[in-house]
Amino acid sequence: MFNFKVDDILQTINMIKMHHLDIRTVTLSLSLRDCISTDINETAEKIYNKIVKYGKNLAPYAEQVEDEYSIPIVNKRIAVTPLSLIGESAKNPDYVLLAKTLDKAAHEVNVDFIGGFSALVEKGCTKGDDLLISSIPEALAQTERVCSSVNVASTKAGINMKGVKRMGETIKKAAELTASQDGIGAAKLVVFCNVPSDNPFMAGAFHGYGEPECALNIGVSGPGVVRAAVANLPKDADFGVVANKIKSIAYKITSTGELVGRDLAKRLDIPFGVIDLSLAPTPAQGDSVANILEAMGLERTGAHGTTAALALLNDAVKKGGTMATSYVGGLSGAFIPVSEDAGMIEAVEKDALHIDKLEAMTCVCSVGIDMVAIPGATPAHTISGIIADEMAIGMINKKTTAVRIIPVPNKGVGDYAVYGGLLGEAPIMPVNNFDNSVFINRSGRIPAPIHSLNN
Amino acid sequence: MKDSKIIVTIFGADKIGIVAAISQVMEKYEVNIEDISQTTMQEYFVMFMMCDIGKANAGFSDIKNAILEKAQSLKMEVWVQKKEIFDKMHSI
Repeated sequence: MFNFKVDDILQTINMIKMHHLDIRTVTLSLSLRDCISTDINETAEKIYNKIVKYGKNLAPYAEQVEDEYSIPIVNKRIAVTPLSLIGESAKNPDYVLLAKTLDKAAHEVNVDFIGGFSALVEKGCTKGDDLLISSIPEALAQTERVCSSVNVASTKAGINMKGVKRMGETIKKAAELTASQDGIGAAKLVVFCNVPSDNPFMAGAFHGYGEPECALNIGVSGPGVVRAAVANLPKDADFGVVANKIKSIAYKITSTGELVGRDLAKRLDIPFGVIDLSLAPTPAQGDSVANILEAMGLERTGAHGTTAALALLNDAVKKGGTMATSYVGGLSGAFIPVSEDAGMIEAVEKDALHIDKLEAMTCVCSVGIDMVAIPGATPAHTISGIIADEMAIGMINKKTTAVRIIPVPNKGVGDYAVYGGLLGEAPIMPVNNFDNSVFINRSGRIPAPIHSLNN
Repeated sequence: MKDSKIIVTIFGADKIGIVAAISQVMEKYEVNIEDISQTTMQEYFVMFMMCDIGKANAGFSDIKNAILEKAQSLKMEVWVQKKEIFDKMHSI
């Protein structure tokens, strides 16, 4: 008797070959707290040595695992302690030097991105935070693989509106300094509310203060697989059936991630951290979260009903994924980036999807306004307004929200920002141009919300 | 050894000698073939082999490359994967 099911084998191969099932990222999360020094050059040297020591085996071992299971591992990444903390004690602080050090180490160990040029300032800035934020545009312009994130709000602390104002200006400057590449600096910068400390995805990955010395965090993917499964259901299948189908696929995707993660962590001899249960789209045809919503019965993403469809999807992914792994973390849910999702791009092109609907969708998706290109002439205070709205959604709903938005220099609505690779390309979307500058200039904090009277 | 099991899946137009050719590779590397099954999918021939490489005279990667090379000469598509991926994905 044949003791394995050939249908299972065919289904697995089909998921990988036809529907782009992959491990989106294996992210080595690494503490740099022991690299602090009073001399910034010494700090930089310690950082470089530590990253190379811990990271040198990541890419080769990941390739071994990829080969043995025949499942692509798309990205190898490293996340480090927020650098604001690491550079702060130096008598001669220089955060751009530290960013260049991260970039050099990332090249040396052959990882795609390195995250952690970060600060957590939901209540306010220390001297190090302040300097780091000032250095972000220059740091992103002078490096290739460094990603930056700043947390400006939380449910417990409220929204640091001074930070929100500064991040609007910082995003604008980061885009301007990389104008020749359609403002790619801003595509490597994300502003958070309730940022998780173990997220393996970029641009927001860093090694949080409560994390161990190092750990391996995994980001799975698979929107193409979910889309195919939903598309194969009868048009009149009820929502219970749709949710169950998504749950069963999420289970399969996540258990594969768990297997790969544990195997790789064992080879690297470091603890396995978390699996981020995410549906992360790519620009490849069919690997789209928008197409899943459309497979449920919407003509285009953006049609009325989109937020409900996304809510069902996001929750079912979490339910199915949780069954498959012991430790879940990161952002966990469905990402809705525009430039990285062919279905979202099409929805924008067909005038079905606008920034206001995207904002509504972020109430129920895993993160927020992601990889949205806007006109380069958009004032900084308008960008700050978009951030403030998104932070408010996260703060009130006790969820992670974020903004990664690119004011594309010298381009306007109707033009495209083109990045290539996983970052894709984005049609430039219009923003609301009414003035909000008095609101944004108020400074201070929006107080944390009350948690009774939940209406 | 649990993780020494591999599944070899071969797709392509049916022709004489596929099983023999792949089996020769297995013999060369002292890979134990534990089970074989075959089916047709649309007009394609699909063959599945469960093998144990625990006592083989080479590592996974060498064996996989040899199988890929042989399959390529037969104009067949082949997947060589550790069996664990199927166990994890399809059981609770």
